[in-house]
Amino acid sequence: MPASLEEAFDALEQHPDAQLLAGGTDFMVEVNYAHRRPTAIVCLGKVEELRRWRRDGTDVVLGAGVTHSEIETPPLCDLLPGLAQAARTVGSPQIRNAGTLGGNIATASPAGDTLPVLSALDATVVVASRHERRNLRFDELMVGPKRTSLRPGEIIVEVRLPASFGSQEFLKVGTRNAMVIAVASTALVVDWEGRSVRCALGSVGPVVIRATQAEQFIASKINWPERRLPDPGALAEFTSLVRAAARPIDDHRSTADYRRHAAGICATRALERSFADNHLVERAS
Amino acid sequence: MSETIDYHLKVNGVVHEVVEAWLGESLLYVLRERLGLPGSKNACIQGECGSCTVLLDGRLVCSCLVLAASAVGCDIVTVEGLSPRDDGLSDIQAAFLAEGGVQCGFCTPGFIVSVHDLLSRNPDPTELEVREAVSGNLCRCTGYGRILAAVRSVQQARQR
Repeated sequence: MPASLEEAFDALEQHPDAQLLAGGTDFMVEVNYAHRRPTAIVCLGKVEELRRWRRDGTDVVLGAGVTHSEIETPPLCDLLPGLAQAARTVGSPQIRNAGTLGGNIATASPAGDTLPVLSALDATVVVASRHERRNLRFDELMVGPKRTSLRPGEIIVEVRLPASFGSQEFLKVGTRNAMVIAVASTALVVDWEGRSVRCALGSVGPVVIRATQAEQFIASKINWPERRLPDPGALAEFTSLVRAAARPIDDHRSTADYRRHAAGICATRALERSFADNHLVERAS
Repeated sequence: MSETIDYHLKVNGVVHEVVEAWLGESLLYVLRERLGLPGSKNACIQGECGSCTVLLDGRLVCSCLVLAASAVGCDIVTVEGLSPRDDGLSDIQAAFLAEGGVQCGFCTPGFIVSVHDLLSRNPDPTELEVREAVSGNLCRCTGYGRILAAVRSVQQARQR
């Protein structure tokens, strides 16, 4: 049980096959069900550097060991409202107290709740080995379902996100509110100053998907100085572009058709909410 | 790395020795099978049901998802540690009995720990806050109404 990153790198050198353990909420399920039988585990829970967060200029830098509970409560929930909404939908209080942001990233589940928010905020994930630190865009790190571009000996150290940035929404569809794995989720960020919309879709593809055509289309239709959408018909086109961007599969949780439908609804609702906060939504009569 | 490991865990204020344990054992397994503390229940072993809920350094967690060896140096409190005396009941436990919040009883220890945690952090929660606080505890008997009533009665009694 290393107490510092240096000690964690030492442990990984001594036991190259060791499993890294953060909150344990995914890993221990596999161990309990005998899907994995670890011979060495490097537990990151006592690594102080990973448990802290800090402001850095206009950014917030979260240690990989920051828990979902910390993200969903003040002061972090005020700085990162979209991430806080996502964190609050993770599992249950027990899971959120244990599960960490770095663990959610490393597990790289297509249904990982925080992941669409990281994508929509263009988060930078900092990974480190003993001799090198790499800054990766989120989509450079998550390369497939449960697959990352982490190299042997590397640890996710921190995540850099813009603080109090634009309007942020996160929506998730599942069979109920608590303890649910997303059938579809969407993070949507409206950058009022940069005049852009970013829409990231979870659970509807092998990785988090950015609906870039939908983003560019709706950004071109917004009256930015007045912060409104003059053509209500543009919403329907936005919905269908989001649906077209999804690449869902049928599985035991949902059909692909439903996932595609839900992604469009979530994204559109998130967009409407972003405008409603400013009392600027122009509704079709 | 050797096949088995030895370590110490501090549970309910008492330091216990764990000898020749397998590395991958969960805290729930160690509590029940090695330390003779069967209050935390073993049901889903995937963090869904909350019947194994304990406090780890004051944080509510599912003990089935805690690697036991990673809890070395932590303060662990189980449902056994919440009663005032060996044969006594806490006000929360008594309220669960009085309000009919206990039926088959399997989920009860987890609920007791979650409600204890809620009311110690937030003495006067709203109904929504209570529901969210116990959202990680499943009960298949009561339909939850009597459990919520038990929480309300503790809340009111403590304010008197």
